[in-house]
Amino acid sequence: MNEVKASMAGSVWKIVAQQGEEISEGQDIAILESMKMEIPIPAESGGTIKELKVSEGDFVNEGDVIAIIE
Amino acid sequence: MTINQTLEEKAKKIASGGAEKYHQKNAEKGKMFVRKRLELLFDDDIDIEDAFFANCQDEKLPADGVVTGIGKINGEKVCVMANDSTVKAGSWGARTVEKIIRIQETALKLNLPMLYLVDSAGARITDQVEMFPNRRGAGRIFHNQIKLSGRVPQVCLLFGPSAAGGAYIPAFCDIVVMVDGNASMYLGSPRMAEKVIGEKVTLEEMGGANMHCSVSGCGDVLAKDEQEAISFARKYLSYFPSNYRNLPKRHDSLEPADFDKTVEELIPKNQNAPFDMYQLIDRLIDEDSFCEIKKKFAPELITGLSRIDGRSVGIIANQPRAKGGVLFPDSADKAAKFIQLCDAFNIPLLFLADIPGFMIGTRVERAGIIRHGAKMLSAMSEATVPKISVVVRKAYGAGLYAMAGPAFEPDACLALPTAQIAVMGPEAAVNAVYANKIAELPEEERPAFIKEKHEEYKENIDIYRLASEMVVDDIVQPDRLRDELSTRFEAYSHKDVTFTERKHGVYPV
Repeated sequence: MNEVKASMAGSVWKIVAQQGEEISEGQDIAILESMKMEIPIPAESGGTIKELKVSEGDFVNEGDVIAIIE
Repeated sequence: MTINQTLEEKAKKIASGGAEKYHQKNAEKGKMFVRKRLELLFDDDIDIEDAFFANCQDEKLPADGVVTGIGKINGEKVCVMANDSTVKAGSWGARTVEKIIRIQETALKLNLPMLYLVDSAGARITDQVEMFPNRRGAGRIFHNQIKLSGRVPQVCLLFGPSAAGGAYIPAFCDIVVMVDGNASMYLGSPRMAEKVIGEKVTLEEMGGANMHCSVSGCGDVLAKDEQEAISFARKYLSYFPSNYRNLPKRHDSLEPADFDKTVEELIPKNQNAPFDMYQLIDRLIDEDSFCEIKKKFAPELITGLSRIDGRSVGIIANQPRAKGGVLFPDSADKAAKFIQLCDAFNIPLLFLADIPGFMIGTRVERAGIIRHGAKMLSAMSEATVPKISVVVRKAYGAGLYAMAGPAFEPDACLALPTAQIAVMGPEAAVNAVYANKIAELPEEERPAFIKEKHEEYKENIDIYRLASEMVVDDIVQPDRLRDELSTRFEAYSHKDVTFTERKHGVYPV
């Protein structure tokens, strides 16, 4: 089980993967908006998305869990 | 037995290192014998070895657990010290320390690079009075490293532990290559941490190679095995001269690799959308010439050695794919050390800017982002090697300054047509200037007003306007950038300046 974490503080702009989806390493899970920039949050390993921990519009701090991958 | 036979027999015994069981134990962990490592490291084998007979009257301490001498890498002489972990776990006795000090003194006298192949349990407590506190005790090793720093390249290959005081050998090197799974660095072992502060932690978590290469930044390169670490060291040194008085050797020029997309197609017009800076780098440099440093640490800033038209060039580039390319305390730190490294050894610098600025917020202010940023600016500002800054897309606020903006005497500040230079981006600027006005407007009128002000702002910071004001030296067609850089680095190669007269600056650290 792997956690995908926010690389920096910002708000969740878009979630681009779905719960239950098979994803590959490096595939984007969500895109944050921070410092007026789009910040892609890729999965560090492949697997199935077990749970998405955030919704669009949420504020996340650096290190907060965005998704859990199995 | 003839005297020759006696000598040969003694030498053979010493050259075989410690007891067989320790060789076996090392082999199980994928660790090579020290002499095998040196054979792979050098073009041939070690050419000159000193104090081979150190401590030879104690049969259990062949060469006193360290090999020191001179060999050649890429045809150039280098000095080396290499721990033998089959001898008392590579620990330091009095003669071990003296041998290391002597080879460092040789490197200093001959102005040769100094390599440290570390695999050592630390001080031999039984020898402490002879090797720890005195003038030529272990402290002198670090003193010598500090003296050698910036004079000759210092490289550390970490094959095993580097514990307590020994952890400062990597700390004072220009670069630290760590072998995944075997290399570690720590002041106090997990056992000591549990005893003294009550923390329960594994060695890998606390001081393992992966942690140091991605979290602490004490490691620069994570190698999957010893062979990879050794090949990296050979490649790394090919970008450097033997010492600060010489220029790096020029290699044959190679065209960049072939790509489907042109530079123009690669760079998104939307300033806020990410793109992969590695792809731009690959289109500018000689094929396969990128030698990245600290790849896993602070990935929002890329640092690496490369060649353009056969010449060594150090690249500092924002990576919009990671953290939007925003600068953080760790990325500023990473940049400062890399810039100093290149400047010390006459390697020209190329800055590729696509940066929204330094990170803001409580977390980074508490981490001292201001002083870390100042450290990066100091290093960049002081660098007197040829320095070219390319504004790829946005360069906002102090981000422009940190990336060798026009005020910091780059030899040239070039812009691509997609460049945008400003105190802040249009969205933030309109918000800062017109926040009250926007709040007063009826809600339905706001979007049109904001859009109008964005357009006005964009015109104000238009790159042709900035070129007209001579803020940038040229606007370059994206697909001509490599040629432009190559011509300019050639032209600036005879640059000869002194930054300023003084003993040394008082650096923000």
